[in-house]
Amino acid sequence: MKSRLGFVPVVATLGFIFLYVPIISLIVFSFNESKLVTVWSRFSTKWYAELLNDEQILDAAWISFKIGAISATAALVFGTIAALALQRFGRFRGKTLLTGMISAPLVMPEVITGLSLLLLFVAMESLFGWPAGRGLTTIIIAHTTFCMAFVAVVVQSRLADMDSDQEEAAMDLGAKPARVFWDITLPTIAPALVSGWLLAFTLSLDDLVIASFVSGPGATTLPMLIFSKVRLGVSPEINALATIMILIVVVGVVLAAWIMASSKAKSSTTY
Amino acid sequence: MVIAIPMIWLLVFFLIPFAVVFKLSLSEAAIARPPYLPMMTWDEEGILTFVLNIGNYFYLLDDDLYIFAYMQSMKIALVSTVICLLVAYPMALAIARANSSTRNLLLMLVILPFWTSFLLRVYAWIGILKTNGLLNNALLWLGLIDQPLAIMQTDLAVYIGIVYTYLPFMILPLYTSLVKQDESLLEAAADLGARPVTAFFSVTLPLSFPGIAAGSLLVFIPVVGEFVIPALLGGPDTLMIGRVLWSEFFSNRDWPVASAVATVMLVVLVVPIMLLRLAQQADEKKA
Repeated sequence: MKSRLGFVPVVATLGFIFLYVPIISLIVFSFNESKLVTVWSRFSTKWYAELLNDEQILDAAWISFKIGAISATAALVFGTIAALALQRFGRFRGKTLLTGMISAPLVMPEVITGLSLLLLFVAMESLFGWPAGRGLTTIIIAHTTFCMAFVAVVVQSRLADMDSDQEEAAMDLGAKPARVFWDITLPTIAPALVSGWLLAFTLSLDDLVIASFVSGPGATTLPMLIFSKVRLGVSPEINALATIMILIVVVGVVLAAWIMASSKAKSSTTY
Repeated sequence: MVIAIPMIWLLVFFLIPFAVVFKLSLSEAAIARPPYLPMMTWDEEGILTFVLNIGNYFYLLDDDLYIFAYMQSMKIALVSTVICLLVAYPMALAIARANSSTRNLLLMLVILPFWTSFLLRVYAWIGILKTNGLLNNALLWLGLIDQPLAIMQTDLAVYIGIVYTYLPFMILPLYTSLVKQDESLLEAAADLGARPVTAFFSVTLPLSFPGIAAGSLLVFIPVVGEFVIPALLGGPDTLMIGRVLWSEFFSNRDWPVASAVATVMLVVLVVPIMLLRLAQQADEKKA
């Protein structure tokens, strides 16, 4: 028997409408011919054509894509090691410190992270001469740092769900730790690794604040470009860009859900 | 040892930077590259001089703008956290009590916006809230108003943007704690004659406190330092501390004052961040 609280479904429905109205409005008005984003004139795909001819946006998108792919990969490696250490290695020196450092970036206001990393890079440059100037490298370092926290959370929750029985059995049968990791742990946490990488990639692709602080001339990421355009007002071209990005995400999420369901993988609690 | 890799990485690129911020907040601004004076100098006779400048902190205290911005940020963060909680709770409850196939669909609907660009979702609200935007056009068309409402560039727009953006951060921890609850407790309450509302307040709500705590802190902490939402949706008088820090850094190029602003913000947030750790640890132990 379930308790009946009549207003719950009503508020929940309104909540979901609230979550989706902005996204739907973005998509609908990307097909609007008029430059006035919110006044409908007639169906058109001209903003998509303009988008695909806009060198500036395409360049920024490519830069963001590169930064995202490299940072997500580095964050995946570091975040997974951290998650394994915290979940499987028992007690070790500095465990509390690592726990704190891996969870703090999740909530740290971006302005603080951005400013502090920039000041570090400037101080390092004057002390060691590296990194020389700011640009792609500094953004990648910054993104790797905050993305590994998210990867660690995702992988850690998967490891917590997973039985350590199989790992222990393999060890008892004489398998070396490395062998246990490659043959048992890795295949089991593979779905979490995929979603962790994708999450890191999306977060990197989306970051405006941290990138603005640590970027330099010649490294304008997509969010930085969008922000400077949006400050001047709404533009249908941005709606078209948003629609493409949303479409990629929806396809990706549906595909991931389908793969998870068909492999009957036990769903882990991830973002 | 492999643990050393993430450990050293985080020490160098997460922890040490805070020390650098603190050090810089004690420096003096200058027109130079980088725009501050060194703290330590050797003069020609080889004498080392240290200059510590706490003037930046006095400056923050002296100018009402900064105190006002801190208070405003705390107020906006607190109010948005409460609104998020009130909206998210029924949603999380509805998801937790749905049957398992609907539940997965609803969960996916909560997570999906999280995966789409935050910046673009905030941008979408400009089109909805501006004077000739969707909301005003709809209300005018329905005849509910004669004049467009001025929502864009007000605190109201900032609240809408924040609640919208941070809602999933509240729903997910609430859902996790609600779905773990044993339904037989509610049955027992009903058998003992408790009405659904009574059962909710005496069973469901108290059991979900860890979720409420985690969700509230996950919203409150980042909102205090929020920059993008007030910058895009707020008016010139929506002073939030993240925005002040941004303009000190980018417009005034006063790195030491920006660092002092960041240091104070960090000090303000240390307690909530530690509370969040405690809430999460309590949750892990229960699981």
